[in-house]
Order: sequence, then structure tokens, then C-alpha cells
Amino acid sequence: MDGTFVIVGAGQAASQAVDSLRREGFTGRMLLVGDEPELPYQRPPLSKKFLAGELDRERVYVRPRSFYEQNHCELLLGRRATGLDRVGHTLTLDDGTHLHYDKLLLATGSRPRLLRIPGAELGGVHYLRSLADVDAIRAEATAGKRAVIVGAGYVGLECAATCVKLGLEVTVLEMEDRVMSRVVAPEMSVFYTAEHVAHGVRILCNTLVSAFEGTGRVGAVVCRDGSRHPADLVIVGIGIVPNQELAQQAGIACDNGIAVDDRCRTSDPCVFAIGDCCSHPSHRYGRRIRLESVDNAFEQAKTAAANLCGKDVVHDKVPWFWSDQFDLKLQIVGLSQDYDQVVLRGDPAAKAFSCCYLRAGELVAVDAVNDARSFMGAKKLIAERAHPDPARLADLTVPIKESVAA
Amino acid sequence: MTRLVYVEPGGNRREIDALDGLSVMEVALLHNVQGIIATCGGSCSCSTCHAHVDPEWVERLDPPDDMELGTLEAAPGHDATSRLTCQLRVAPTLDGLVLHIPAKQA
Repeated sequence: MDGTFVIVGAGQAASQAVDSLRREGFTGRMLLVGDEPELPYQRPPLSKKFLAGELDRERVYVRPRSFYEQNHCELLLGRRATGLDRVGHTLTLDDGTHLHYDKLLLATGSRPRLLRIPGAELGGVHYLRSLADVDAIRAEATAGKRAVIVGAGYVGLECAATCVKLGLEVTVLEMEDRVMSRVVAPEMSVFYTAEHVAHGVRILCNTLVSAFEGTGRVGAVVCRDGSRHPADLVIVGIGIVPNQELAQQAGIACDNGIAVDDRCRTSDPCVFAIGDCCSHPSHRYGRRIRLESVDNAFEQAKTAAANLCGKDVVHDKVPWFWSDQFDLKLQIVGLSQDYDQVVLRGDPAAKAFSCCYLRAGELVAVDAVNDARSFMGAKKLIAERAHPDPARLADLTVPIKESVAA
Repeated sequence: MTRLVYVEPGGNRREIDALDGLSVMEVALLHNVQGIIATCGGSCSCSTCHAHVDPEWVERLDPPDDMELGTLEAAPGHDATSRLTCQLRVAPTLDGLVLHIPAKQA
């Protein structure tokens, strides 16, 4: 397979695509365009070890520069794609460059959802998505400072844990009635709230932020309920939105992200999309989903590369996610929405347990805390659409794979 | 510097002077060693950085903890010589370590 392939985006999906395309036998010209002036890097460490100052910058990159050279991939970094001409097969960049493509791979990722309230432009109000964001936060996140974190999702809680480690006084403000409401069931929210509180984090749910106060720099966070929280530093983590605009403006179908099929193809046969920026049909869950995970980025990159090189591979992997907070490793496999039964496997007091979610007897998701065995075993069970026996499932001494009724 | 030897799937030997403090997985990626995938970036969540160590090294290395053992269960072909390279930290005690990278990762 040859010709010119252009990859738009320089995140983890794009980086894996470079690897996968060459492995699948693509011998043509490959270009990668990214709007950050950085090699593709890993985002998960940004709210954890990198924010904590425990990881040198070079260790954040997915691959060294030599990887792109060895794979004959031309890097156009610090350049933004501004227009797509699907008839002329041309991608236009912000510096006026026109790139011709035979096939286009959109891996444009997502961007932080912005909190558009009074005071949002004050100094000291940060989002956490890029290396540059974390560079800025690290300069201000010093011991004794008061950090107010808006949002109790992965980013918010991971930042809270890291800021505690750095010696800051931390308050988390969450508008929903529990933490991590997008990704875990109420049982897990209760556990995580207790853990954060035990580490000195103030968590306030049902609290909607309405304004940032200050002159030049933020000094306090004001909420709809009238409460006022002094702050030296604010980190906002209220979710991400897919970067679908380039595709949308070019007339490519979008639906909660760039709409692809189960082969990562968009409505244009020469354009594929992968990772955070796209939505795809899930046979397993019977609906179109958009996943925000490294694993999805990697798996869709591999699927798209195979299909771009003439194979016919269906993307049908069980999604999984992880989050490190304090001494807790949370590993999640499957999507737990629509469960009708929860089975607690092990004892939360032991801080090594799993929450298992079933729907009509089928295991659909597992949230594992310091329980890698259950997490890894569950990946297989969920892929097989297993119906475990709840009594055996609840028993941590029974390997999870053996919980399936013989 | 600590000398590590990675035997790639297919038999190619890569002898690498590794910086102390990095994980054996990170060193592999930095030097574009084939067969180490590292989807989860070293978070002990995927098993795709799996490698076999030479048998005499099994006792010489710090033993795997429960998290690593649990994750290793998902690695195709895992056995008593299996380690997750993201959990091995480069130090002078690892000088001369030989790692065999499997043909297939999870």
C-alpha cells in the first residue's frame, strides 16, 4: 500500500497509527501534523507523576524522535490544520501550507470543556490538558497554597491527590451529587470520597461554581449556593469535547464526535478517524459511544491502520480505563451504565476490592481497586459476555474467571 | 549506566546502556526495541510490556508484587520467568540482564 497518508493530530492515537501503518505494510509517504510544538506525549501522567514533579519531560513522550525517523514519518509540529478540501484531497495548515493526501487519518483528540463564568480569564485559573498547562500549574502549585479544583472526575480527583502530595490545601467542588459520576457507580463514589476526605481533601458535591473573584489573579471561587472559597490556584476539570470542527466544516458526518463505523471509516471513504475525536458504534453496548481512553486511542489506531492497508478489521474491543489516586489503583473494564445488579467482590475496608456490574446476569463492567487480578480476569469475562454466579463473584478468594457457573 | 540485553521477537539482540532510574520498559521504547508495546504507559494495567528474563535472573530480581502478578496473568505465554518490564527499575544490580520479548503481547 503506498501513496501519501496524512495524520492530523499528534497525540497517543496518532503515535500508535505511525507504528501500526508501517507494521501493516504501508510503504508510502507519511506526514503527521500537530498543533502543539511537542512530539506526541502521554496525557495520563500530566495529572499524576508529571504534575508531582516525579517524571522528567523526556519520559512523557510516547516515542523518541528517532522512532518517527525510523518509521519515515515527517513531523509538522506546532502547525494547526485549518481547512479540509475533500474533493481536492488537500489539507490546509495555519501557515498556508497545502498538503495533498491520498488517505487522511483524523486523530485530532479533544479539548477541555471551558467554564464560561465571570472571572474565567483571571490569572491562576488553569485547565489541565497539555504539557504547557502543567508547566504553568507546577509553577504555582507549591506547599501551603490553597487549591480549588472544579470538577470531581478523573482529572479533578487525580489533581487533588497530587496537590495533597505537594503540600497544598485542597478543596474540590463538584456540581453533581457524587464524585466521578460519569464513570463509576454510586458505591465507588462513596469509597473514593471517603479516601480523599481521609487525606484531608474537602469535597463539596451539589456545588455549582458561578464566578471567580479577584483582581488580575483569582482570589476566591464563588458558588451558586452563595459559598465562597479562597483560592491561590484553581484547576478546572469539567470534561472534554471532541475536536470535530475540521471534519464538520468539510461536511463529514459528526455525532458526538466525528462519526465513524466499526472500521474507523468516516462518511468520506478516504478519511478515517480514531481516538478521542470520534464516536463509533458499539455492538456490545448497542449504541454509539465516544470513549476517552488511551486504550481506545491505541486500538482504533491499529484497526484503522489495518483497514487503510486493505484489510477488513472490525473494532470491537472491551473498553478499559485506569486512574491512580493516592495509594489506590482504580482499573475499570467495561461500561457500567444500564446495570441492574451490583456485586461487591472483597471488602472496601481492605482497600483491595472490586465492584462488579451485571445486566440481566451478564457481567458488563468491573471497577477494581488495587485488584489487578479481578481487573485482568474481568477483561476476558466481559469479552466473552459471561454470566458469573454472583455468590462466587463476591468471593475474592475465588479467581474471577472461575466465578462463571460450570 | 547499566547494560541490558533485549532479545527481540525473531532473535535480534539489542545491547543497550540504560540510564539508572528508568524502567526497563522505558529504556526499550527509547531505543525502539521491537515487541514492547506499553499501552498503559507503565501503569501495570495492560501486560503488553511483558518479557521473559533468563532463568538465573528470576531469583536475582526483586520479586513481583501482587499487582504485577495479577496483570501478568493476561500476558500470552506467561510463565515463571515472566516480568512486566514497566515494573523493573534500572539499577547497577540489573547489569547484564537478558530479556526475551515474546512474539505476541496481549
